[in-house]
Amino acid sequence: MPPATGGGLAESELRSRRGRCGPQAARAAGRDVATEAAARSPKRPARGSQRFEAAGRWALLALVTLLSFATRFHRLAEPRHICWDETHFGKMGSYYINRTFFFDVHPPLGKMLIGLAGYLSGYDGTFLFQKPGDKYEHHSYMGMRGFCAFLGSWLVPFAYLTVLDLSKSLSAALLTAALLTFDTGCLTLSQYILLDPILMFFIMAAMLSMVKYNSCANRPFSAPWWFWLSLTGVSLAGALGVKFVGLFIILQVGLNTIADLWHLFGDLSLSLVTVGKHLTARVLCLIVLPLALYTATFAVHFMVLSKSGPGDGFFSSAFQARLSGNNLHNASIPEHLAYGSVITVKNLRMAIGYLHSHRHLYPEGIGARQQQVTTYLHKDYNNLWIIKKHNTNSDPLDPSFPVEFVRHGDIIRLEHKETSRNLHSHYHEAPLTRKHYQVTGYGINGTGDSNDFWRIEVVNRKFGNRIKVLRSRIRLIHLVTGCVLGSSGKVLPKWGWEQLEVTCTPYLKETLNSIWNVEDHINPKLPNISLNVLQPSFPEILLESHMVMIRGNSGLKPKDNEFTSKPWHWPINYQGLRFSGINDTDFRVYLLGNPVVWWLNLLSIALYLLSGSIIAIAIQRGAQLPAEVAGLSQVLLRGGGQVLLGWTLHYFPFFLMGRVLYFHHYFPAMLFSSMLTGILWDTLLRLCAWGLASWPLARGIHVVGILSLLLGAAYSFYLFHPLAYGMVGPLAQDPQSPMAGLRWLDSWDF
Amino acid sequence: MWGFLKRPIVVTADINLSLVALTGMGLLSRLWRLTYPPAVVFDEVYYGQYISFYMKRIFFLDDSGPPFGHMVLALGGYLGGFDGHFLWNRIGAEYSSNVPVWSLRLLPALAGALSVPMAYQIVLELHFSHCAAMGAALLMLIENALITQSRLMLLESVLIFFNLLAVLSYLKFFNCQKHSIKYMGMFTYVLMLAVAAVHAWHLIGDQTLSNVCVFCHLLARAVALLVIPVVLYLLFFYVHLILLFRSGPHDQIMSSAFQASLEGGLARITQGQPLEVAFGSQVTLRNVFGKPVPCWLHSHQDTYPMIYENGRGSSHQQQVTCYPFKDVNNWWIVKNPGRHQLVVSSPPRPVRHGDMVQLVHGMTTRSLNTHDVAAPLSPHSQEVSCYIDYNISMPAQNLWRLEIVNRGSDTDVWKTILSEVRFVHVNTSAVLKLSGAHLPDWGYRQLEIVGEKLSRGYHESMVWNVEEHRYGASQEQRERERELHSPAQVDVSRNLSFMARFLELQWKMLVLRSDDSEHKYSSSPLEWVTLDTNIAYWLHPRTSAQIHLLGNIVIWISGSLALAIYALLSLWYLLRRRRNVHDLPQDAWLRWVLAGALCAGGWAVNYLPFFLMEKTLFLYHYLPALTFQILLLPVVLQHISDHLCRSQLQRSVFSALVVAWYSSACHVSHTLRPLTYGDKSLSPHELKALRWKDSWDILIRKH
Repeated sequence: MPPATGGGLAESELRSRRGRCGPQAARAAGRDVATEAAARSPKRPARGSQRFEAAGRWALLALVTLLSFATRFHRLAEPRHICWDETHFGKMGSYYINRTFFFDVHPPLGKMLIGLAGYLSGYDGTFLFQKPGDKYEHHSYMGMRGFCAFLGSWLVPFAYLTVLDLSKSLSAALLTAALLTFDTGCLTLSQYILLDPILMFFIMAAMLSMVKYNSCANRPFSAPWWFWLSLTGVSLAGALGVKFVGLFIILQVGLNTIADLWHLFGDLSLSLVTVGKHLTARVLCLIVLPLALYTATFAVHFMVLSKSGPGDGFFSSAFQARLSGNNLHNASIPEHLAYGSVITVKNLRMAIGYLHSHRHLYPEGIGARQQQVTTYLHKDYNNLWIIKKHNTNSDPLDPSFPVEFVRHGDIIRLEHKETSRNLHSHYHEAPLTRKHYQVTGYGINGTGDSNDFWRIEVVNRKFGNRIKVLRSRIRLIHLVTGCVLGSSGKVLPKWGWEQLEVTCTPYLKETLNSIWNVEDHINPKLPNISLNVLQPSFPEILLESHMVMIRGNSGLKPKDNEFTSKPWHWPINYQGLRFSGINDTDFRVYLLGNPVVWWLNLLSIALYLLSGSIIAIAIQRGAQLPAEVAGLSQVLLRGGGQVLLGWTLHYFPFFLMGRVLYFHHYFPAMLFSSMLTGILWDTLLRLCAWGLASWPLARGIHVVGILSLLLGAAYSFYLFHPLAYGMVGPLAQDPQSPMAGLRWLDSWDF
Repeated sequence: MWGFLKRPIVVTADINLSLVALTGMGLLSRLWRLTYPPAVVFDEVYYGQYISFYMKRIFFLDDSGPPFGHMVLALGGYLGGFDGHFLWNRIGAEYSSNVPVWSLRLLPALAGALSVPMAYQIVLELHFSHCAAMGAALLMLIENALITQSRLMLLESVLIFFNLLAVLSYLKFFNCQKHSIKYMGMFTYVLMLAVAAVHAWHLIGDQTLSNVCVFCHLLARAVALLVIPVVLYLLFFYVHLILLFRSGPHDQIMSSAFQASLEGGLARITQGQPLEVAFGSQVTLRNVFGKPVPCWLHSHQDTYPMIYENGRGSSHQQQVTCYPFKDVNNWWIVKNPGRHQLVVSSPPRPVRHGDMVQLVHGMTTRSLNTHDVAAPLSPHSQEVSCYIDYNISMPAQNLWRLEIVNRGSDTDVWKTILSEVRFVHVNTSAVLKLSGAHLPDWGYRQLEIVGEKLSRGYHESMVWNVEEHRYGASQEQRERERELHSPAQVDVSRNLSFMARFLELQWKMLVLRSDDSEHKYSSSPLEWVTLDTNIAYWLHPRTSAQIHLLGNIVIWISGSLALAIYALLSLWYLLRRRRNVHDLPQDAWLRWVLAGALCAGGWAVNYLPFFLMEKTLFLYHYLPALTFQILLLPVVLQHISDHLCRSQLQRSVFSALVVAWYSSACHVSHTLRPLTYGDKSLSPHELKALRWKDSWDILIRKH
């Protein structure tokens, strides 16, 4: 492909629809459009003003970037207290600085970057980040906010370049950039210590590099091609490393790649070896590279977090042995279980926790009114149990008795150390899983009845063997009813302190829920052995932390009678999120999309579907379109289609999710939706201008249309900017408030 | 005109004897000893109840699907003259003589039997050989799980029948009607829509047709595939609601308005209430959300405890709760804040949207109040109480603004049953809300009512409707109490339109979630493909004769294999075609693609959605998908024989292998027969021998 050199009107029009390559390509494409624009104004000679046009394009990009940075960094320090989820992510940044281990449902990259930004900007990790509204005082928080705002500011130029590449039209790109710059929602979300700006940065970077390498398709294996392809891979790893939502952009790139390969495979001029090379390049850059980077972030994560912290209990005993400060770290405990030992029992299914009991009874009407038995994820004295023989009550720790080991198949009794009640089950239904039996603490000072007897069995073991601490996978079978002790993993209501339900299941299916291991083991009569042999390998750690994250994510279930944001609320901007402040004296920030922008986006999606299907049907019917219309249709169907796919992939999967959803989950989709709006209106206006070509002012339609959309977005931003930059004074319900006229929906409460 | 007298009357019948034979065998296998066992088998206990409801015309709600399937079963009961009197309480209960077991089980069995010849026709319509078609039908015939499932009062066989019918009719005329049995029927419907859409898209691209002609074609398809199913779907609900006009056990789930449209139940109470709520009206207020249980706004003499368990304090005023039972303490009087009287003036002054009201508790004459005190269980919300004047500096704040949520205009009148209203507290803008939490013992485990300060949008737990209503007439408290105790009586009858009732019923069916309880025989979709699970349906009370839902393992395994072969071969062909190597002639390729799209696609749409479902799943959910696998089997076999066997010798060897394989399937079917029909008591030893997989649960009596 020769570089664009201007030329006649028809030629430049045609060329502008074709692909370009690399960084020069961006310039070349832009130049094309510029020449096109130049060619339209008959007075200006195209060739002579080339240099000027190129400079103009760069200036425009710089302007867009500058405006984006200016809006994002304006009043960044306000408010000087914790807003919304800063309490989580700021806290997690501090954990990295303090190197204490914690658990979160998202992969670590985003929080690691926040921690790094804090570290580099002189934050020492001492602020507690306890709850929204806490003042930062002297703590340095601007580094972290600045970092997020920095990444968030790049969204606008990225969207600008993506649209420019897809539509080859400056005006479409400008429109998109304006919509995003002037959207109060994107602005608000970029100004705080949150994962979203980081996530969206990587999503848009992946989209941009994908579009770029697509337009390099005519120069495969060239340096820019490799550059954009591997940059796509890197951004994918970044997106997935911040939140699992990154999977959607991976899906999009994957679909695009499959279509691409399918196209190459059908090109009979390419040999199979060449196709194989293409395939290998993509496997390397889009699968191997991202996976390696993603794994590397976890490696760094585990390396940095080497101290014991609040997340320990979520992980298996073996995992905890690697954390310094944990009682299993460098610990030495007796190897074989013996009668009289004080133990904690941990469920083998991840993120269930320890067998636990406490001095609270099951409420009336829920089984027998006996002491609750639950599982609990945190370390606690109430997790301690004493293992005793079923038939004697003599103290086995009495030095006059010899040590007696517990063996596979023994009948035992488990006495709760703090309350001296026995682990007990009976024919009452369990509180939540009605088909299982209830498990309680029963008896006084260790004296109960025959329902306290359990047979201890090691999975896959023959009769009579000793039971190893941490290693042996044990089951506890209730002697009278024949059921197996297990945890259903369901969260008990308030009366159970939202710990997890423990039941005795009559269905003897072998699931991890009913398999336990012994973790802590205290027995003064036995010699201790070192536990360092237990250290898990890195793949095991990786797998385990993913299982825990997935369980954690699906555990975020909404409760009944609680307001939850529904996916259908989002595109219509039905309800915002309160970032800061409630009362009229507070400094209030409210996350809400700029309604003008959002409703325009919504309208555009409908309009796109309509116009897209009309054009598709016309083409399928074999209608002969004039060259210009055919070009515009291609932009609409190809470029628009790709962006629409992005919107679909980032929006509809939320309908299938059972977890709690929030308004801010829509923002990645909103970016795609804004790009679609840019492409659609530009193309429609051009079509309109073409259709009315006989009319003298037809060319003006396009300019006027784009200008009025730009001004509309800017004006609405002027109206709504207090939402993002903060407002004090009466609430909008109050007619005196300056925002009173802007409360267009009753559901907005700012 | 009398010409027929002059010529002989000739009837030329073209009877496909194999079709007749298949039908005959199908009937024989499905109808043989249909009344055995004369006891409730597995899910009959569940469907039987619904049949009884139909017979007694009692309204019920089942979230498993639209009512057509239940109506088919009930038709059997109707034809057999069943009066609905049977206690469907446990599996294995012997049927009493008034239960026409044969006719109840007849329709599913017929549907199961007719699926056999239908499979034959479908494969034939896909343009595969007569031999392949016979193969598909014979496989359907000996599939043990299909036999078991169609011999009982269960819906799967009817569902499979209509699935196949839809495929067949689309194939025959590109014109399909879809019936809804269970929502699983949707899957096949979606597949048919997709196939039809692809065909239509090709039609649009066919430039030999005129625009008008294409438009007519598309219109006809839209009518046949979209309009007719929707109309039929509505029709089923229409018949369902016409048939079930009496109130029953599921009333509570529905809204007051729906309940009032049923005979008996709430209608008996609300019949003839005055429509418009006026100042002075006595009302009961039901929460619209109704979760965790439907309940009414309630108050009683007891007060909130001074100090809660966790050390927080309360206002110590009279408790306001939500109570799930009818009670005289559920009555409230709508009072005009400007007047003292608690009676309706003459003429009555109706309450409108935006009016200020006080709600006075009927039995205690204290008025509903909320203030800036934390609620007992939801400390972020305000406590709601009935105001007691302790003469401390805590004034009454008992003014509420009425907001009608479903109003047509801003001057709408508050109507009993129909209006959904919110009460917004005037002083604090808190909204009266059911929090869903159960109060502790001091609140008699009733539900907590709070004032929600942050009124974030609309939620049903904040919305109330008047259920019982009358105009209060008694001036004196004594007299009023007597009045409250007596049932309301006036006369206006009010019926909901069909569409309103349909929409509500549909909505409730979609959102009603039966608690996903684990069942002894529940299984996960992954176990189905390889038949790693079974369901014990019935065990003879004395002998060890038993019925299991257990498939013919040879067919299941080879069906899955055929699917894998189909997928791999298709991928291979596709890649080769992309490189311009055409292994198959064009017509064979199109046949292969269409057969795959319908059979493999049918399997996928009937199977994969189960991975997304959170409800309890059973092996029988896989049966519709299985039938599509069975249809695919002979297709793949014929394809291998026609296109992959290169010589006559190979072809003969392959045919011999197929025959051997089919004989082994027959053998397996015969071996498992005692567990399919349950007609033979096997010894423990024989039963053990049948337990081919460790995961199969076959019942062996211990003596």
